[in-house]
Amino acid sequence: MKYLDEYRDARIARALAARIRAAVSRHWVLMEICGGQTHTIMRYGLEELLPPEVELVHGPGCPVCVTPLEIIDSAIEIAARPGVIFVSYGDMLRVPGSRSDLFRVKAAGGDVRIAYSPMDALKIAEQNPGRQVVFFGIGFETTAPANAMAVWQAKRRGIANFSMLASHVLVPPAIELILGSPANRVQGFIAPGHVCSVVGYRDYETLSQRFHVPMVVGGFEPVDVLEAIAMLVEQLEQGQARVENQYVRSVTRAGNVPAQKMMEEVFEVTGRQWRGIGEIPRSGYRLRPEYAAFDAERVFATSQIRVAEPEECISALVLQGQKKPVDCAAFGTACTPERPLGASMVSSEGVCAAYYAYRRHYEVA
Amino acid sequence: MCLAVPGKIVEALDVGSSRIAKVQFGGVSRQVYLDFVPEAQPGDYVLVHVGFAISRVEPEEALRTYELLKQIGELVEDDLAEGPLVEDEGQP
Repeated sequence: MKYLDEYRDARIARALAARIRAAVSRHWVLMEICGGQTHTIMRYGLEELLPPEVELVHGPGCPVCVTPLEIIDSAIEIAARPGVIFVSYGDMLRVPGSRSDLFRVKAAGGDVRIAYSPMDALKIAEQNPGRQVVFFGIGFETTAPANAMAVWQAKRRGIANFSMLASHVLVPPAIELILGSPANRVQGFIAPGHVCSVVGYRDYETLSQRFHVPMVVGGFEPVDVLEAIAMLVEQLEQGQARVENQYVRSVTRAGNVPAQKMMEEVFEVTGRQWRGIGEIPRSGYRLRPEYAAFDAERVFATSQIRVAEPEECISALVLQGQKKPVDCAAFGTACTPERPLGASMVSSEGVCAAYYAYRRHYEVA
Repeated sequence: MCLAVPGKIVEALDVGSSRIAKVQFGGVSRQVYLDFVPEAQPGDYVLVHVGFAISRVEPEEALRTYELLKQIGELVEDDLAEGPLVEDEGQP
């Protein structure tokens, strides 16, 4: 397929690996934020192509993983109510809350449906005027404009039986948390290309200057990720710390302005709990008061119970690049994708799940 | 979750307040909202995420990047095998 196959060319990938080897003179720790890039690195075995000096650690950019237990419990509570049609992106269904998951609600007779787009949920609401249709609106900045559009259209078109359980998270506050930690090891970041397609990369320039850390906006194919790593290593070796854009075919500095306007129209910034990490100030979106009639948390007054994570799970440290999945005693034994203990194992884009799928055979004795 | 796939706009029409396109991904086509890329025209490639185009793929930039990469590639061509890193499972 055009714009995909050429970025999977093994010859170019190996040439980029040679460029990285030629540039590197000492140990560097780099982090890719986005779970999609983690998946590419694992699936194509990119770490095997890198010199031993380049260490990759994997960031918290998996929205399914970091959606807090409390919100999943609220989703389960709403989905189990009679008369409700609960609509979600497919990957949220098997994510465990504190006692159950959405699949089990569906198995017990709940009307839980999978949608590819939030607009599908809006259509279901139009077709079922006698039922409450609730969409589980999760995601980073990439997904926020689409989810915002569904709410905006619902208000404009008077689809009163539609609401959204919104749990949106933002990337820059998570980077700030990682870089601000005294235990931080990360010296360079691959910034998430699709998030930046929407929001641009001005916020990343601010972070890069403030912490003197280079950042390269990177794409998602193996050649993209390797080129981003090469650009980071070259900056680090020269003592530079700027934002560069590897993903020029999709990302501009200003980003997608119509998408940003839609996000700002519907959402406002709020503090958010990140599963496995805890509360990060100003790190997410909630619906603005003007859209309260479409806010599922207000429509269905759900119980707000705080639930504790299992103590043996070290996903907080894994998601901040301070530990690797294989450093965890529970990895692959007490904690597997079928029975996940914590955030980074719950979705295929979570770093523990990616290690489990692609690397456990030679990493775990 | 932030997966976005490039596809080619085959046709576009206005439906209510939205602009909706038929977008082709390999052999499959899908309905895509163009609200966030109002400048996109049939023949353009767009990156699609959860039913919305989030950017128009810049053909010149894409070509430039690819040509640059190819030049690097040719320097070490002789001792390297060609072909994809893994077989494509049809799931980008």
